[in-house]
Amino acid sequence: MSVVLPRIAPFGDRALVVTLGDRIDDATFQRVQGALARLGGASGEITDVVAGFASITVHYEPLRVAMVGAELPHVALARTVASLLDGVDAVSAAPGRLVEIPVCYEGELAPDLEEVARHTGMSSRDVVRLHSAAEYVVHMIGFVPGFPYLGGLDARLATPRRAEPRTRVPAGSVGIGGAQTGVYPIASPGGWQLIGRTPLRLFDARRESPSLLHVGDRVRFRVVTRREFDALVAR
Amino acid sequence: MNVEVLRAGALTTIQDLGRLGHQREGVPEAGAMDAHAARLANLLVGNLESAALLEATLLGPALRFAGATTVALGGADFGATLDGEALAPWRAVAVSAGATLELGAARDGCRAYIAIAGGIEVPAVLGSRSTYLPAAIGGLDGRALRRGDVLQASVPGESRARRSLPVAQRPVYDGNVRLVPSEMLAALGDAARATLLGEEFRVSPDSDRMGCRLTGPRLGGAAVPELLSSGATMGTVQLPPGGAPIVLMADHQTTGGYPVLGHVATVDLGKVAQLRPGDPIRFTGISLDDAQRLYLERERAIAALRRALSFPP
Repeated sequence: MSVVLPRIAPFGDRALVVTLGDRIDDATFQRVQGALARLGGASGEITDVVAGFASITVHYEPLRVAMVGAELPHVALARTVASLLDGVDAVSAAPGRLVEIPVCYEGELAPDLEEVARHTGMSSRDVVRLHSAAEYVVHMIGFVPGFPYLGGLDARLATPRRAEPRTRVPAGSVGIGGAQTGVYPIASPGGWQLIGRTPLRLFDARRESPSLLHVGDRVRFRVVTRREFDALVAR
Repeated sequence: MNVEVLRAGALTTIQDLGRLGHQREGVPEAGAMDAHAARLANLLVGNLESAALLEATLLGPALRFAGATTVALGGADFGATLDGEALAPWRAVAVSAGATLELGAARDGCRAYIAIAGGIEVPAVLGSRSTYLPAAIGGLDGRALRRGDVLQASVPGESRARRSLPVAQRPVYDGNVRLVPSEMLAALGDAARATLLGEEFRVSPDSDRMGCRLTGPRLGGAAVPELLSSGATMGTVQLPPGGAPIVLMADHQTTGGYPVLGHVATVDLGKVAQLRPGDPIRFTGISLDDAQRLYLERERAIAALRRALSFPP
């Protein structure tokens, strides 16, 4: 790549974007993790730090930026962010925590499992086996509160989105959309192929940290029966 | 003090200045669409600028106050009346026990703010009282107001009535919106830039708190490379595959993958919030430097107003 990374550019008058790569791969993911760690939690003039697949958006309050002379907040903040990220390429992010998500891949909880099997030329059983065997990483949270964009889907499971998105996908639905897999945290419209459902609440505004998953977490799906699913729901 | 909702209006929600610091968890900031108007209305009744207030949309609510208080309207003029007497925006007025405040249809914008002294008391969710409808959080049980709801407002210490906002500080609502162009817009070529910054668009009826969708000329231009999703902000102007731009607003998704044409200057976000379906909108370019200068200038004006009204920040 010819562009020097990280590249810091303005993103409107209250944010800037740090570009750390141009593709979804492990090296880029590591750089994003390292940069997130450097930027830390929101504090002072920085009001939020949001990871993308290959970038980080830094939201800030211009009034709180300490400026030298007549310079404007975006200039001063870009300098602060550049110094925070100095040498970030050399750091290696610590592995994230491992979160196990129970998933029932049966019957009405998996309305598109047969479609995924048909598309991939595998048995439903093999689809479930491959999906639950992999370890995924959370690249991004977005779309709706707590929705994880997971990297690590076995390429053989890639299946196009549904031609007609559903107007309402139940909370907890586990889906495949193209080369990605994820879990719908709240009931919402959605076009992914639904192959199972978890009884866990991926988003709960009453929790101090409402999203179950955070960028950098590792995720495993554990197969549970319908009986176990119902027992977990009842709990 | 109780406030009874006699009529809910088209879409009336409890809002404040948003849920900050949770976008990393995919939680939109939400908050008042026209945050500037909300802040000014709150200042007029002696509230903190971040106090919870009501946001009415196109057709306003009717409210009955069980006790005496002070209210101020901000934002668009909804032809409001207080016990039958006309009540203009940008003035704090004393409300006596049993009085009825009625808002009609929006006359010159889309959204009105009803600030009640002491602020509306609902539990804060993730640090904010803003209603975010898609996840049903904040405000009154995460939903819009309904007829028969009873809101609680705290009782103010002293009356702030008879304050009005100097005319020079009142926002002007029109469709002339300044935009900081992105590098992507430059990459799309001169024709795309000339279309976005030269032609008139109109606000589509399917616009909402998530985004202001535009109809009119389509933006083509050079092929847009496939983009990886990344964080977005209120005011980000996206170009979906159909070629009709969207201005992301208060409830926008925290991340997006569409090409970004630019960003509406923060000082003009209130104008976008006040556009109604069918209204014209025209973008002119502004440099980032100038957009931030205007932002700082406006914040200084609000700080001066805060001091003039002698309330702590």
